Amino acid sequence: MKLVIIDYGAGNIKSIQFAFKRLGIDAVLSNNIDKIKAADKVIFPGVGEASSAMKMLIESGLDKLIPTLKQPVLGICLGMQLMCNSSEEGKTKGLGIFNVDVKKFSKAVKVPQMGWNVIYNLESQLFSGIKEREFMYLVHSFYAESCAEAIATTDYEIEYASALQKDNFYGTQFHPEKSGVAGEQILKNFLNL
Amino acid sequence: MLTKRIVPCLDIKNGRTVKGVNFVNLIDAGDPVVLAKQYADLGADELVFLDIAATLENRGTTLDMVLKVAEQVNIPFTVGGGISSVEHVDKLLKCGADKVSINSSAVKRPELVNELAEKFGSQCVVVAIDAKQIDGEWFVHLAGGTIPTDIKLFDWAQEVEQRGAGEILFTSMNHDGTKAGFANEALAKLSTDLNIPIIASGGAGTIQHFVDTFKEGKSDAALAASVFHFGEIPILELKKELKKKNISVRI
Repeated sequence: MKLVIIDYGAGNIKSIQFAFKRLGIDAVLSNNIDKIKAADKVIFPGVGEASSAMKMLIESGLDKLIPTLKQPVLGICLGMQLMCNSSEEGKTKGLGIFNVDVKKFSKAVKVPQMGWNVIYNLESQLFSGIKEREFMYLVHSFYAESCAEAIATTDYEIEYASALQKDNFYGTQFHPEKSGVAGEQILKNFLNL
Repeated sequence: MLTKRIVPCLDIKNGRTVKGVNFVNLIDAGDPVVLAKQYADLGADELVFLDIAATLENRGTTLDMVLKVAEQVNIPFTVGGGISSVEHVDKLLKCGADKVSINSSAVKRPELVNELAEKFGSQCVVVAIDAKQIDGEWFVHLAGGTIPTDIKLFDWAQEVEQRGAGEILFTSMNHDGTKAGFANEALAKLSTDLNIPIIASGGAGTIQHFVDTFKEGKSDAALAASVFHFGEIPILELKKELKKKNISVRI
């Protein structure tokens, strides 16, 4: 199993690498286009600000590569958001893999949403063995709206898409690598896709 | 629904866990990595590591500890103590810390909050505030609560939110170590004034204190050390009781 975590300078990727190590998989960190293409599975992480992360993707040519990948790709947190059409954060375009826009939570709730919330309406192999309303760890100020590609839903201010899937592309707003045993099960499921 | 968080705090000195009672008289309570893993298994929602004797010399020891914790623990954790530069935060995050907590360094140079939020995102910037109520007014204290300032708690909290803090960890010096309950009045004001999560710290002694800080104090998370370290309040039992009182928790 060749697992590559895309390393484009955005966010804390060490904890994702460690989570896979706990599952017995040595993930490679890389921004090399050939290495990413040759991987069996790809993780697209991201923490930080959307428009600057998008800029880094464009500079390294990864914005062109990622949508053409054929193997299973899992975007986590900002990674998932960047796979959408656009984000209100820094008013940036996204990679356009998921046909949905990313919006900001209003001041009606505390922003960022920080902590454990439940995911439901689970509709994907990614959630095999995960019970409805399982708790996941989330930290985010922006969210993908409910849409046809949603494979999990969470409530915070409104009902939004906390996971997305289109063909071989998967995205989770929550951090499976920080979501205890249930999160590790989701990572295992991704490896088994 | 977003749940209320239970956060054990591990005070660290030279790579070992200690708990300060009113910030003095330290008692050793174990190995941080072992404790962290145990807490993750017992149902803690996240962890805070506070390096209470942070110096330039022992920075490597702390980074080493952060790396070991990140390797073994599957819940989020925050690292604080002696952090005053973007470079230092970069190192901590690269070792696997999810968030960093800054305190005195933010008071000395408030721009640090902006710099960290811009470079790493607000979600990983916790501003810790130690404050003491003197004649009815709350004042910020520095250096583990030992140095008083004339900065008012609520002004400072609003300023750091505007500068990009993602969360506030508020410790009441009046309550810390007393086991007589959290500073719920001040916490409720912080929670109402601000639009970022507030972690209550200082004063946990009984399960009822946690109920009170979530209900009256409107806290988003509650932090404690000795009641957890010495098994006085088992986390699972605490969460069951909170749930019975209709407080949303991860259980």
